[in-house]
Amino acid sequence: MNQIVEIEQLCVEYRSRAIGQGTKLAVDRLDLSVHTGEVFGFLGPNGAGKTTTMNVLLGFVNATSGSAKLFGVDVREPIARQRIGYLPELTYYYKFLTAEELLRFYARIFGMKPAETERRIDELLKLVELEPARKRPIKSYSKGMQQRVGLAQALINNPDLLILDEPTSGLDPIGRMKVREIIQRLKNEGKTVFFSSHELGEVETVCDRVAILHQGKLKVAGRVSDLMEEYHANLEQIFLRIIGYQPVQP
Amino acid sequence: MNAIFALATVVIKELYRRKDFYVLFILTVLMTVVMASANIFNDDKIVGYLKEICLLLVWISALVISVATASRQIPAERENRTIFPLLAKPVSRGQVIMGKFLGCWLASGVALLVFYLFLGVVNGSREHQLQVIGYLQALWMQWMFLAIVIAMVLLGSIIFAAPSSNATICLVVVLGILLLGRYLNLVAIHQAEPMRTITSVIYFSIPHLEWFDLRERVINDNPVVAWNKIALASLYAAAYTGVFLFGTWICFRRQSLSK
Repeated sequence: MNQIVEIEQLCVEYRSRAIGQGTKLAVDRLDLSVHTGEVFGFLGPNGAGKTTTMNVLLGFVNATSGSAKLFGVDVREPIARQRIGYLPELTYYYKFLTAEELLRFYARIFGMKPAETERRIDELLKLVELEPARKRPIKSYSKGMQQRVGLAQALINNPDLLILDEPTSGLDPIGRMKVREIIQRLKNEGKTVFFSSHELGEVETVCDRVAILHQGKLKVAGRVSDLMEEYHANLEQIFLRIIGYQPVQP
Repeated sequence: MNAIFALATVVIKELYRRKDFYVLFILTVLMTVVMASANIFNDDKIVGYLKEICLLLVWISALVISVATASRQIPAERENRTIFPLLAKPVSRGQVIMGKFLGCWLASGVALLVFYLFLGVVNGSREHQLQVIGYLQALWMQWMFLAIVIAMVLLGSIIFAAPSSNATICLVVVLGILLLGRYLNLVAIHQAEPMRTITSVIYFSIPHLEWFDLRERVINDNPVVAWNKIALASLYAAAYTGVFLFGTWICFRRQSLSK
């Protein structure tokens, strides 16, 4: 199987803003690979280094050491992002644009032809169930609709790799279910999905493989079914055990 | 170039879907119409005063629109987190800056055109003649002036934390240069060292925005400016705009995206 994401010995250090605090190691010698066509869950408690790793992959943050590649191209090259789609956590898209204008804007960035753009916009708005609201300004959208328009923009270039940062964060159960259905459909289409989430039930349902990160270090990585067999527990219990969570005794 | 033009289009759409431009334009029209209806002391120079006031309103409105639009561009991208999906596309930070600049500059050009059309109508209806070339030169030079201002404000939006503080500082700097810039060398002569050197350095390093102000020529119907001077002033504006945009790119390229 082809490796789409390759991370080797990745370290990211932040300089603390407080005087005398020195530096903080956000990601510590991370090795990770994601293969073509798999849905990969990237897990960890808040501050574990998940978003930092994603930020390195997207070229927002430079690695202190180590390497990260997308499709074999160094992530620092803008061309590495030609075949990816990215959905950030909680984004408020240009509120004065309508959904179709927003998608047209992103399509233009990719240099898509007008006819192809219109066809793709129709397809995506149908997929994310925003057809009836396509001509309404985004400022009138609910949170769930905004997240779905975000998903549509992530898919505008028909990417081979989708990077989703907590795609169901802040959504109601119906919104979460719709996003999960879309991920499932993308998986069936053979897309590679790399996503972080705190919804472990959801991860268990849709992911082929997972990695659990804690304090910047990779604690475990493997197939969901293998991990459940090895630990004789569900994903949530495995997660809590790995990060060393101790329940408070009554 | 696709990315730059796509970004510029969004900025232009933002301008015409917001109320700022319409409010300032209606205010300018109202004030000019009210003054045009008055005939104080049967003064035959009243048309000159009217043009002067109308041009002053055009300058203030265009400056406010440009500064307000440019100052919120990059901070709004960060605050709303749209900078993340944008930079996750094959777009560099330099292209983001260029797209934002181009959008603000073109949008301010469209706004200027509307204001000058109105000015032309007012002038034509009062004087029954219009020095078209003189008007076009004034419009072009003001647009060049706005290019420097927009680039300066974009640089400020990377340096200062809040768009409001950036807009205020930039407006004070621009008005300071417009009102005092031309006298700084005279001030320097009367200063003791080291103030003389400091004032002289400031005089030679600031963009002399007052050179782009052709209002007096329009008001007094003076002959048109030689085209080579217009070309030189345009090059001067392009150089300063380039310097400010380069500074913006230098500051922005390594800056953390989250605030």
